[in-house]
Amino acid sequence: MSNVTKVQKEKNEGTAVPKVNKKETKKAENSVINVNDLNLWYGSNQALYEISMDIPEERVTAIIGPSGCGKSTFLKTLNRMVEMVPIVKTSGSINYRGNDIFSNKYKKEYLRTKVGMVFQKPNPFPKSVYDNVAYGPRVHGIKKKEVLDQIVEKSLKDAAIWDEVKDRLHENAYGLSGGQQQRVCIARALAVEPDVILMDEPTSALDPISTAKVEELVQELKEKYSIVIVTHNMQQAARISDKTAFFLSGELIEFAETDDLFQNPQDKRTEDYITGRFG
Amino acid sequence: MDNSLRSEGNQLNVQQMIEERKQKKSIGERIEKIVPWFLLLCASVSVLTTVGILFTLLRESIGFFSNVSIFEFYTGTSWSPWSGHYGVAPLIGGTLLITVIATIVAVPLGLMSAIFLSEYASDKVRRTIKPVLEVLAGIPTVVYGYFALTFITPMFQAIIPDLGIFNALSAGFVVGIMIIPMVASLSEDAMNSVPNALREGALGLGATKLEVVFKVVLPAAFSGIVASVVLAISRAIGETMIVTIAAGATPNLTMDATQSVQTMTAFIVQAATGDTTFGSTIYYSLYAVGMTLFVFTLVMNLIAQYISRKFKEDY
Repeated sequence: MSNVTKVQKEKNEGTAVPKVNKKETKKAENSVINVNDLNLWYGSNQALYEISMDIPEERVTAIIGPSGCGKSTFLKTLNRMVEMVPIVKTSGSINYRGNDIFSNKYKKEYLRTKVGMVFQKPNPFPKSVYDNVAYGPRVHGIKKKEVLDQIVEKSLKDAAIWDEVKDRLHENAYGLSGGQQQRVCIARALAVEPDVILMDEPTSALDPISTAKVEELVQELKEKYSIVIVTHNMQQAARISDKTAFFLSGELIEFAETDDLFQNPQDKRTEDYITGRFG
Repeated sequence: MDNSLRSEGNQLNVQQMIEERKQKKSIGERIEKIVPWFLLLCASVSVLTTVGILFTLLRESIGFFSNVSIFEFYTGTSWSPWSGHYGVAPLIGGTLLITVIATIVAVPLGLMSAIFLSEYASDKVRRTIKPVLEVLAGIPTVVYGYFALTFITPMFQAIIPDLGIFNALSAGFVVGIMIIPMVASLSEDAMNSVPNALREGALGLGATKLEVVFKVVLPAAFSGIVASVVLAISRAIGETMIVTIAAGATPNLTMDATQSVQTMTAFIVQAATGDTTFGSTIYYSLYAVGMTLFVFTLVMNLIAQYISRKFKEDY
């Protein structure tokens, strides 16, 4: 209760406090992805147990937890990337804006244009910066050069890297620094105008300055996108997220407003983890 | 340094043991020095052999070109050494015809197999199919030649009645089958070495599996694939047994695959196994043809190396 922002957030959560920012209130109401009783197995090893959580719209949701707790698995389940491992089985449901993502009618390729992803290690294609960003739109049939030019410029600007790469759009993306590559990858994800962006420890391979840039970018992106970010860095979760989920051994232990979770954890295990007693 | 280490190592004695052993190690040290030279010697055997072969080829070819002008050799269009015509074009033409047919057979099939193995096959399927494919590479080429003559040719004859017993088509086809494993295996290696992160990146943008294969994996593995193809072509150029058995021995400057042709390699077999007199022009022509063949395969290998270096993707 000592923290001002926390008080504000609490008020936002409460139904009608007219003083607070309207946008925030609206955000708190809508969820973009609803997960219900999700179980996941790799072969016979269960990796996720009965996860239920709602991902809020246009906010940053952080997922924290020790290595092997299933946080990356969970993230990859949200756009069905987890199925790249052939032995994965799931039960339960995930709805993206009311659509059951596991339904045969809902194509996973379509889902992934809506729920984009940024990976742990920057993974630009061995192509030019331009071709990297234009890849998604091209795959989905946009061929006109003028349109692509606009998309590329807009995406790179949104990813806050336009000024750094505008003179080397046609050079191989591998010539960029790791931090720049990661922002190009973010631009690449933005180019298909997704609704949700999943980030799997996007700064773990980056130096502190690049990390700061990506974190700043996340703050700007939540104006337009709903972001779910997995991080092993609790300070990062505290800095950039609105809500935080704590995973442990495949279970969702606690999911709350970030400030609440860090200052007033409800579960003993959460408290132990964030105070550094294990993990 | 030795003394200080020894005194420090008193409790554990490991340092002391090392020191003691070091005293005895004079033989070991000598071996240590000799071994690299021995290894160099082994490595130089193949280099020296190559140089030796090249030298012989060159010397004997020069002998040949003192009898037949180099101009006549490379521009003449008739090859009948027993009646004194030494225009190598029909042999080169035969070789190229076989190679082109083989490439047309091997590249699509090899590449498709590679894509299947690398991108679609489950681990279990891959573990079964890849060794089988590689067994193809271990079949002696004389068996392939026999197979071409006694199985493929009759089969093609059912479709093309005019097809002779000896023809470029079945020989080229079977050479193609022979080099499929090379294309498939090397291309599969190249595709396999494309990091999964790139596939994930593309899938994460909503690309389908096929789009990932053709727009990410193949471009990224391009250099390795081209190198595998060029190496396979170079193998086809040098292939001897299949063409000797199945393509016949008629030096024939033609692009008609139903006819019998003679390749450079097949001529060398013919002349080397026949009653060619030592020192005759025909005898020397072996070396000139061999030299030409060597230049062909050398150029292909250089192209392969150049391409794989030039288009190497760094990931």
